[in-house]
Amino acid sequence: MSTKEEKKNNIIENSLKLFSKNGFYNTTIPDIAKSMKMSVGNMYNYFKSKEELAKYAIKYSTNILAKELKTINQMNISSKEKIYLFTEKYLENVKKSPEVIEYFLRVYLSNREVFAKGCEGFLCVSEFVTEVMILLDEGASNKEFRQQDFFPAFAVIMGALGGFAFLSGEKVLEKDIMEYSDEVAENIYRALKYEEG
Amino acid sequence: MKKDKKPKVLWLQAITCNGNTHSFLSANNNRMRLFLNSFDLIYHPSLTTDITIKEIIEKKINFDFLLVEGAISSNKEFFSISGYSPYEMLNILVKRTKYLIAVGSCASYGGLHAKFEQNSDIQGIGDSLSAENLYILKHPVVNLTGCPAHPEWIIQTLFSLKDYGKMALDEKGRPKELYYGLAHHGCTRNEYFEWKVEVKHFGLKEGCLFYEQGCRGPMTHSNCNKILWNDVSTKTRAGMPCIGCTEFDFPRENMLETKKNIGIPNEVPLEVSKRAYLSLTGVAKTFKIGRLNKKLID
Ligand code: SF4
Ligand code: SF4
Repeated sequence: MSTKEEKKNNIIENSLKLFSKNGFYNTTIPDIAKSMKMSVGNMYNYFKSKEELAKYAIKYSTNILAKELKTINQMNISSKEKIYLFTEKYLENVKKSPEVIEYFLRVYLSNREVFAKGCEGFLCVSEFVTEVMILLDEGASNKEFRQQDFFPAFAVIMGALGGFAFLSGEKVLEKDIMEYSDEVAENIYRALKYEEG
Repeated sequence: MKKDKKPKVLWLQAITCNGNTHSFLSANNNRMRLFLNSFDLIYHPSLTTDITIKEIIEKKINFDFLLVEGAISSNKEFFSISGYSPYEMLNILVKRTKYLIAVGSCASYGGLHAKFEQNSDIQGIGDSLSAENLYILKHPVVNLTGCPAHPEWIIQTLFSLKDYGKMALDEKGRPKELYYGLAHHGCTRNEYFEWKVEVKHFGLKEGCLFYEQGCRGPMTHSNCNKILWNDVSTKTRAGMPCIGCTEFDFPRENMLETKKNIGIPNEVPLEVSKRAYLSLTGVAKTFKIGRLNKKLID
């Protein structure tokens, strides 16, 4: 990674924290610059606008998950085990860097106008969606998952995980989030599972 | 070969629907005339010839090209020609020829007939040569796969062998110059394929036939969309998916269907990794190109 790339990622990590604390619209480029101890002018060398930063940030945060899921996809284990592992990794991310997941849920999903141009459809989250496709495709071709349309299957996974991240963000969970991992994974697996006859 | 002596061609039919003969006879006029001026078709079972196959065998007549249409079996109960099984006939005639050419998928690999469960010894000609005849040929068997083979493929092969004496073959015995590309190349629907715009039903000009209609163009070695059928069209141009008739596994089951898992195609275009394909198509699908979503001619 070039130093410029590294710096960009640094800025993104910082902005994610600010976005999740203060909200997307309440966070300004000068706020981000201040938290980075950078001049506003210098900030603009990296990102021309907050919208541009927002789009980079969504790629950045979903790519973290995409990389983890890719590693899991390449393991020589059953699709059921992959679901369990992925759920665990996802919840770990919610716990360790809630700002990354929150950004997806609270900024990306609820401020579509910011992403309307340049992040149409899967454009900015495609690496992640591809890995979910591969997970589902393999599970169905080795008959661990039943055949169904892609989107309902996708929504089962993302709905369950996203919902849990939300509950965690709202601080309503009684136990440590990791303790729910197997149960969440089991729910996802059962919703996808292949049934004889 | 001497200039004044036209090479002799013998066309043998084994277990066949006659489709390759139909195809050959529908070659365009000029090409057919060129063929007839340059070769001597001494025998074809569907045409009137001066000599019968029996006489050719009995008089030990030699020839240059043996074209075989149809699958081979040694079981006379299912098929015989002049008292010979196709296997016997092939192994007698192969000793009299310079070149042996399988015309069509049945002759090449057994094709449809090899799926016949009551007779398990139906094969293509490459697998049907007896041990003693296996190495007798000066040139490896040429497989002109296809259901049927295009008349131009037959004529080009004959001319290449007549003029140059050899042809480079791929690992399935098909001439490279005819089968190096894919049916997908030159398909008029490539732009729809690129942007993942699918055809709505058979026969339409708009849309690609890959996901919904089972098109095998991206996995099928043939030049159908470059050397057109009847000089004007092809299946995919007309709105019928390519069913992969030039490939080893033809005919497959559920030919008008693309096998999918959770909506994702099981097979992706040749030599493309699934991950790369899915990520590209996921993105391509998000574009809505107005031009590609309406009738070509309003
Ligand atoms: S119709 Fe078939 S050959 Fe034509 S572009 Fe689509 S997949 Fe390729
Ligand atoms: S388009 Fe496909 S199915 Fe049709 S003739 Fe060509 S190779 Fe065979």
